[in-house]
Amino acid sequence: MVDMALSSAAERAAKRRKAQRLNRLTPYMFMAPAAVIMAIALLYPLAYMIWGSFRAWDPSQTIGEAEFVGLKNYVTLWDDPNFRESLSVTLRFAFFVVTFELVIGVGLALLLDRNIRGMSMLRTLFILPMMIAPVVVGLMWRYMYHPTVGTFNRTLEGLGLPTVDWLGQHALMSVIIADIWQWTPFIFILSLAALQSLPRSALEAAKIDGATTWQQIWYIKLPLMMPVLIVTGLLRLIDAFKVLEVILVMTEGGPGLSTEILALRISRTATEFRELGVAAAMSNYLLLLLLALTLGMFAFTRWQEVRAAKVRISAEEDT
Amino acid sequence: MPTIHLDNLIKRYGEVEVLHGIELEIADNEFTVLVGPSGCGKSTTLRMIAGLESVSDGEIWVGGEPVSHLEPKERDLAMVFQDYALYPHMNVAQNISFALRLQRRPKPEIDKKVREVAEVVGLTEFLHRKPGALSGGQRQRVAMARALAKDSGIFLFDEPLSNLDAKLRGQMRAELALMSQRVQKNMIYVTHDQIEAMTLADRIVVMHGGYIQQQGTPEALFKRPVNKFVAGFLGSPPMNFLNGEIEDRDGRAFVVGNGFALALEGEIAAAAKAHSRRSITLGVRPSDLRHDADASPDVALSLDVMVSEYVGAQSVLLCKCGDEKVMVELNSENRIALGQTLSFAVNPRGVHLFDRETEAAIH
Repeated sequence: MVDMALSSAAERAAKRRKAQRLNRLTPYMFMAPAAVIMAIALLYPLAYMIWGSFRAWDPSQTIGEAEFVGLKNYVTLWDDPNFRESLSVTLRFAFFVVTFELVIGVGLALLLDRNIRGMSMLRTLFILPMMIAPVVVGLMWRYMYHPTVGTFNRTLEGLGLPTVDWLGQHALMSVIIADIWQWTPFIFILSLAALQSLPRSALEAAKIDGATTWQQIWYIKLPLMMPVLIVTGLLRLIDAFKVLEVILVMTEGGPGLSTEILALRISRTATEFRELGVAAAMSNYLLLLLLALTLGMFAFTRWQEVRAAKVRISAEEDT
Repeated sequence: MPTIHLDNLIKRYGEVEVLHGIELEIADNEFTVLVGPSGCGKSTTLRMIAGLESVSDGEIWVGGEPVSHLEPKERDLAMVFQDYALYPHMNVAQNISFALRLQRRPKPEIDKKVREVAEVVGLTEFLHRKPGALSGGQRQRVAMARALAKDSGIFLFDEPLSNLDAKLRGQMRAELALMSQRVQKNMIYVTHDQIEAMTLADRIVVMHGGYIQQQGTPEALFKRPVNKFVAGFLGSPPMNFLNGEIEDRDGRAFVVGNGFALALEGEIAAAAKAHSRRSITLGVRPSDLRHDADASPDVALSLDVMVSEYVGAQSVLLCKCGDEKVMVELNSENRIALGQTLSFAVNPRGVHLFDRETEAAIH
């Protein structure tokens, strides 16, 4: 009798432990499908790319047949003036587009942050470029930039001004302009949202304190928008490093290497030059750059959260 | 300090008129409180004086000059907002000195001023904190200090205490009263809380429905309200109202209603006799009723005591007279048994009569 009671108590305990273990496993079970897809679609190709970047690998070979060359691909890239030119084009492109998009986007948001008739219509118009497929944007701008029949040169001619060799002499500037046209709306809508969530009364207090419109923007609005602007700017920067379609359609990287951004260089190295190992190494460099930016962004938001929490705690201690 | 004159001030939002010709004269160094229920137009009036709302019609005169076309910064005023409106990215010192820094005053002068006003409001230890790291009361002080640092002639307060809890509100009210004595400025203060209005004001302006109902000293408004609204709005617990008719019995004027017949004395009796309409409302403050078992029925109300609310030294009795509810305030020492019908003598000077149709007081 006692034995039976003991054994059933032990059984119950075992059952409970089993249930608890199952309970602990539940979250992982829910995550499993997503993890499997991630592993197949992201981690496997990534590992493959890293693996391939250490090999002198021709598309006609399988990866097993390719000769292992260690870090050679990574090192020789730095001696390759074409790669360095491409990297410099990418950096210049990213720097200029993000700078101009921020200035124009925030400027527009400051101008349009008011309640006048037809403003919602105007806002919708402003964000249209962002909705157009990049390939279409590329084609559109290629025609507009056309040296003889393009809109720009015909307008300049009509005004009696000298024409501009848009996609020749000034190719990088021209693709930068196209990117600014397409992506300024992104910064614009996020800045506008940030502006409209600013505390109204703080702005009224600034008016009473004697701040002019410019001083309100400089001392109150911009500092309060800064967290949003930093994250938006970083997002744009990450995107700018990955840009491909628009430039591919507009210039195919030319003339010469003047608009050959990294993404384009990688695809050409893989397909035209048939150097898969080098292309993989280049991809990894780009990946590292983007990783650094992303981590920077996470670090920034995390730092903000921690700071906000600290401030809250010290406020509570005083009351 | 400049005098302020609101000259037939009108505010419209589209077709809707929310302020109907506000006429107000504010003298030198006066603490004026605009008080009224929400939606009465008091905040709109203040924001028009501040320049945060445009003037639809009429004019605001400050020191004899029209200002309604001027920007807020050209009007020489400081304002304390209901939600404090601090600049969240600046620390306390920067918040306080913002206006001075915009004026490009020399740095030593700014530092001195910041220390001075921080001392006045008791914030010296917190000058390097951001507003997010302050409690509600401290934020309120920063808002006050920021307004003080500006040294303007006119001080505007838009419900500055309504975001604080009851205890802190009482404390800040006392500090405000002290501050207003120390800094001689024109202060205009908006609140919906009649206790704040009564305790702080040199002059109360009671507003309702976009009109000024009455203005004057707290005492004048409390003792001689011009209409039923003002009478019911000021005073806590509020004035009791009983409907009745004026009747002439043997040459004496009586107010006769459901369950009472009260004889009128002195001036008010003469005014009641002279008044053209008979239907009136009798108003008696809870503090003007006194328990007196021997009172003659023509100077007393006979009330059924229903509930007694003990609030410390005073108790409030909730009673019934006919079908109307009547409140009586009395010393808690006087124990009153519930459920009884008792006689309460009416203070003859505390009798108010209002025309039932126009609600205007009959003096």
